[in-house]
Amino acid sequence: MMDYSKVLSQRAVQLKPSGIRRFFDIASEMKDVISLGVGEPDFKTPWSIRRAGIESLEKGHTWYTANAGLIALRTEISNYLSRRFSLDYDPKQEVFITVGGSEAIDLCIRAIVEPGDEVLVVEPSFVCYDPITRLTGGIPVPIATKAEDSFRLTAQQLQAAITPKTKLLILPFPNNPTGGIMRRRHLEEIAEVLRGTDIMVLSDEIYAELTYGDERHVSFASIEGMKERTIVVNGFSKAYAMTGWRLGYAAGPEPVIKQMVKLHQFAIMCAPTTSQYAAIEALRHCDPDIERMRDEYDMRRRLVVEGFNRIGMTCFEPEGAFYVFPSIRKTGMTSNEFCMKLLEAEHVAVVPGDAFGQSGEGFVRVSYSYSVNHLVEALKRIERFIHTLENN
Amino acid sequence: MKEQDIEKMLRLLADNAKLSNAQIATMIGASEQEVADAIADCEKKGIIKGYRALIDWDKTGRDLVGARIELKVIPNGVMGFEEIAYTISQFREVETCYLMSGGYDIALTISGKTFKEIALFVAHRLAPLEPVQSTSTHFILRKYKERGIMMVEDNEDEREVTSL
Repeated sequence: MMDYSKVLSQRAVQLKPSGIRRFFDIASEMKDVISLGVGEPDFKTPWSIRRAGIESLEKGHTWYTANAGLIALRTEISNYLSRRFSLDYDPKQEVFITVGGSEAIDLCIRAIVEPGDEVLVVEPSFVCYDPITRLTGGIPVPIATKAEDSFRLTAQQLQAAITPKTKLLILPFPNNPTGGIMRRRHLEEIAEVLRGTDIMVLSDEIYAELTYGDERHVSFASIEGMKERTIVVNGFSKAYAMTGWRLGYAAGPEPVIKQMVKLHQFAIMCAPTTSQYAAIEALRHCDPDIERMRDEYDMRRRLVVEGFNRIGMTCFEPEGAFYVFPSIRKTGMTSNEFCMKLLEAEHVAVVPGDAFGQSGEGFVRVSYSYSVNHLVEALKRIERFIHTLENN
Repeated sequence: MKEQDIEKMLRLLADNAKLSNAQIATMIGASEQEVADAIADCEKKGIIKGYRALIDWDKTGRDLVGARIELKVIPNGVMGFEEIAYTISQFREVETCYLMSGGYDIALTISGKTFKEIALFVAHRLAPLEPVQSTSTHFILRKYKERGIMMVEDNEDEREVTSL
């Protein structure tokens, strides 16, 4: 018989599996589970976007596109980045289309990181930065953001983490799972530390459209002098509720994009054609849909934050994405214990904070991409669970 | 409260009238008192007309038959469209009554215990009204959606577990 332990790549085998999956595999076996675990919009893709996808199929646009994606779409992306975030990118040389923001992250790390290079990973954060860095032979160096800093990366933390081997900083804001964001003045401070170094920045801005309050999201690439070192990753999943279409993009300096497109050619060829046609419609006509969904998320966000604080689970007020990240320290449990017990007692599924890096221990991630009624019911159950704990 | 916040409040209530004032206040960023005042004001002005449960009677023992009736009417010296619609709206059986553009003038939905009861209502109550020129009765076979809410089993949350 084949001994697979001898066959498989040790680099692959040694990667830890995502902590989110493992937990939800248990939850999916149970009945009457209310989940607050899903990291994608509950809205359907706006109808006009779906219609554009259908039309492209009706017209028979069923071939590959150029490796970098339809030029019409790249041009719209360039216009969009300029309109929403005052960024200026050449659609021919500096923008290309990927299979979700995830692929862009993968390609960016692989295009830049060499064995032994250190990659600064701001944590808690999306689960893929660390394993992809390891696959390239790079060394992930976590920088733990703190609730008392509103889960922002500070200049001091960055300064302290930089060594001569530092190659890349991954800047994941608005942040999954904390909901933390970086305002312009915070980005200016980060830029000040990076000026005069050769450190590159992967700015994962997939939640850029989901920033609450009066000020809009500011792209790191728009900070003076940062464009030359920044690869902006964004996509259609969160802003336009298009997760299943698998479409994202990267924008950055031409020499970096060129290498990323080369890797993309060999691995993927091109992003799905139907999705690309649909995305053109999204960028041309669907700004109002973004506003509508953001308003809805904002109401839920307030409801959930207030709910947790009332229950006594201290909750930092997130200003971005669609997650809250309440502390569970006062229960004395680990995140994992808390989530398992909550699931068993009240059939509510939330994600243990340590799934997003060690610094997430002591927190849980709660998604509010659910209907108000669903959230109200879930909060009621969580409140009952906390009271039971307190009375025992 | 600001106009746009009142609209947000009304949209929340239209979706779920059981939300507490505190919950609404949190969601729109107002105080509980402001919400209570705004609701009272909307009730007084007749903007909020009532709070009623949406019940799927098919799941209960109570038998109900629903119908949609299209009326063509000819206003006369005594009764204009307004008076006709008002008169018809007074019948207890009438659930909705709208003045329409297009091929007919007034659309009603009504419900009764049996098909016969509805037929008799049309024959004895509506048809004799002088301005009513013709009636066309369509029985409702199945309700899929009512006031924005799915009456048939809605899709489960299809979102599957992924790594994020």
